[in-house]
Amino acid sequence: MKKFLLKGIFNDKGRSLLPIIVVATGTMVTVLLYSWITGIMGESIEMSSNMNTGDLKVMTRLYAEDYEQLPNDLAILNADALIAELKEMEPSVEWVKRIRFGALADFPDSLGETRGQGPVAGWAIDMLTTGTKEPHRFNLEGSVIQGSLPKSPGQCLLSEDLAKKFSIGPGDSFTLFGTTMEGGFSFRNFTVSGTVRFGAAGLDRGAVIIDISDAQSAFGMESAAGEILGYLPDTWYDDDVALSIKDKFNQKYSGDTDGFAPVMMTLKEQSGMADMVEYTNYISGLMVFIFVAAMSIVLWNGGLLGGLRRYTEFGVRLALGEDKGHIYKTLLYEALMIGTIGSILGTIIGVLIVLYLNVHGVNLSGMMKNSTLLLPSIFRPAITSTIYYIGFIPGIFSMILGNGIAGLGIYKRETARLFNELEV
Amino acid sequence: MPNKKTFTSYLGAIALLLLCFTGSLMAQDGESILKKIDANLSSRNRVFESSMTIHGRRTSRTIISKSFSEGNKKSYTEYLSPASEAGTKMLKLEGQLWIYTPSADRTIQISGHLLRQSVMGSDLSYEDMMDDRKMTDVYDSKIIGKDTLLGRNVLILELTAKVSDVAYFRQKMWVDNERYIPLRQELYAKSRQMLKKMEMKDITKIQGRWFPMTMIYKDQLKEGKGTEFRITSIKFDQQIPEHVFTKASLR
Repeated sequence: MKKFLLKGIFNDKGRSLLPIIVVATGTMVTVLLYSWITGIMGESIEMSSNMNTGDLKVMTRLYAEDYEQLPNDLAILNADALIAELKEMEPSVEWVKRIRFGALADFPDSLGETRGQGPVAGWAIDMLTTGTKEPHRFNLEGSVIQGSLPKSPGQCLLSEDLAKKFSIGPGDSFTLFGTTMEGGFSFRNFTVSGTVRFGAAGLDRGAVIIDISDAQSAFGMESAAGEILGYLPDTWYDDDVALSIKDKFNQKYSGDTDGFAPVMMTLKEQSGMADMVEYTNYISGLMVFIFVAAMSIVLWNGGLLGGLRRYTEFGVRLALGEDKGHIYKTLLYEALMIGTIGSILGTIIGVLIVLYLNVHGVNLSGMMKNSTLLLPSIFRPAITSTIYYIGFIPGIFSMILGNGIAGLGIYKRETARLFNELEV
Repeated sequence: MPNKKTFTSYLGAIALLLLCFTGSLMAQDGESILKKIDANLSSRNRVFESSMTIHGRRTSRTIISKSFSEGNKKSYTEYLSPASEAGTKMLKLEGQLWIYTPSADRTIQISGHLLRQSVMGSDLSYEDMMDDRKMTDVYDSKIIGKDTLLGRNVLILELTAKVSDVAYFRQKMWVDNERYIPLRQELYAKSRQMLKKMEMKDITKIQGRWFPMTMIYKDQLKEGKGTEFRITSIKFDQQIPEHVFTKASLR
């Protein structure tokens, strides 16, 4: 029977073409939108994790109260000892030291006098230790516009936009004027090894990246670190795992009332990230629901039209003695087949578009010129295993639902009136 | 009845005149007190050594410096200790500020909003250090009350800025009624938010003028226990060589 129905679908274009087009379109849009939203949110979460929040973050309690102000006077003093303790507790997590700072970059003229200056947002990460993963987290290799990554202490990376603004390039020097951990003056000369563009408007305006050892020495933070970030072994952030590690660590220090005792936060607990993680999950579910609902209405309508068109056919089949339930069952089988065919086609088209956009990206930097959020300027839809099947949910379900509702009309046909209706 | 009405009108006019007269007297008093304060605090020039103790949330540290200043246009400060700050020099000339640091061997100009930043993590901003104008040039004042503070009779003055380039639009000042030195100051923004609190102690008579040798600053917008600025020695109206107030003296 299935073979017979399949033959019918292929041979009777009037029965299948429009529903297949509708299902394929709906499936394609579902795949595209799901992939797009997951891509934007996922990239933003990953970027924030890599550059800002980590999957887990350890700070002193007082630092944690104002962590967005980067209060380095409240930093962790013996960071290496704490990292050793964290490694012992969670060996699978990678723990790294970070110092975030705000400073003034002062660019000298030929006489060493101030030629120009601008505020910078600074990141001090481990760039010089062999095997460090920190440059990869910041995608430094891929972000370099001019020059190269720092190879020795005293070198730094500067955002391309800032470098252009002050006509500075690789090999040029400038002075970073900031504050030491104790609040004193901090002046340190750096040589630009390269310029970078991250594709995040907030960063590209004025970022400077220096090695953690340079920051420790410049800001009087020897053996100290503003933050210790933890990265889970999985690529994607897992809130349950992060929460269990956080609880275990904070439990250990729950009896310590010192304001400088360490405290751990998960990614989700920082900088509005909870909303972003929740939003990603919520929006994916909402997308599927909306498309199932919308397509069910469209396909119900399509089923009704098909039912009307096939009114005579069903009448003849009933007159020939075919059971109403059997007709209804074949209708649902047909819907399943059309839904599957449409979903396969829609998914293929959708995935192809996603692949194209993923390679080329969509540049939205013009829309985010004044953004201060850590968001990428070039958005790419995400390629995850979900995009290969998510379109089938609305595609098949709504087709069956639509036809199922429309097909109920079969049960209202009365055999006694069939000949009259068929004008026999 | 008309006579009674005329009498009431006269009485009202007299009351109004008296009120205006009293108000102008109070304003005059406020102004004259500010002049007396200026006579104590302002000088043609001064040379002083000071220690600034900054009480942070974690530690306290003391910075020793030597300063030369001439009027409100020129000043030069060299930091003597601790070792991390020794050799750092600051020069103010006509509203511009430069800092020289031996660690980077650079002279850096501080301008714009950076002048509102804290100096070495203290409760003083660069603007606080730079603004040395006479009170009478910057503020209108009126007496709003009398009180006793630290065993001294004080007049409470309310100061309102009469120029636009001022860091604190309003001040409340407790002035020693005999020595004409502020003993306490509350510094406010235009929005009436308190920005800083100052207390002056160790009032000493030097070269015929009263001068506070210890000033305690507390920035109300930041944590910490404040900054204690103690003058260890001060001399007024000295012969300061002109080259001190040049950029060449920074290196």
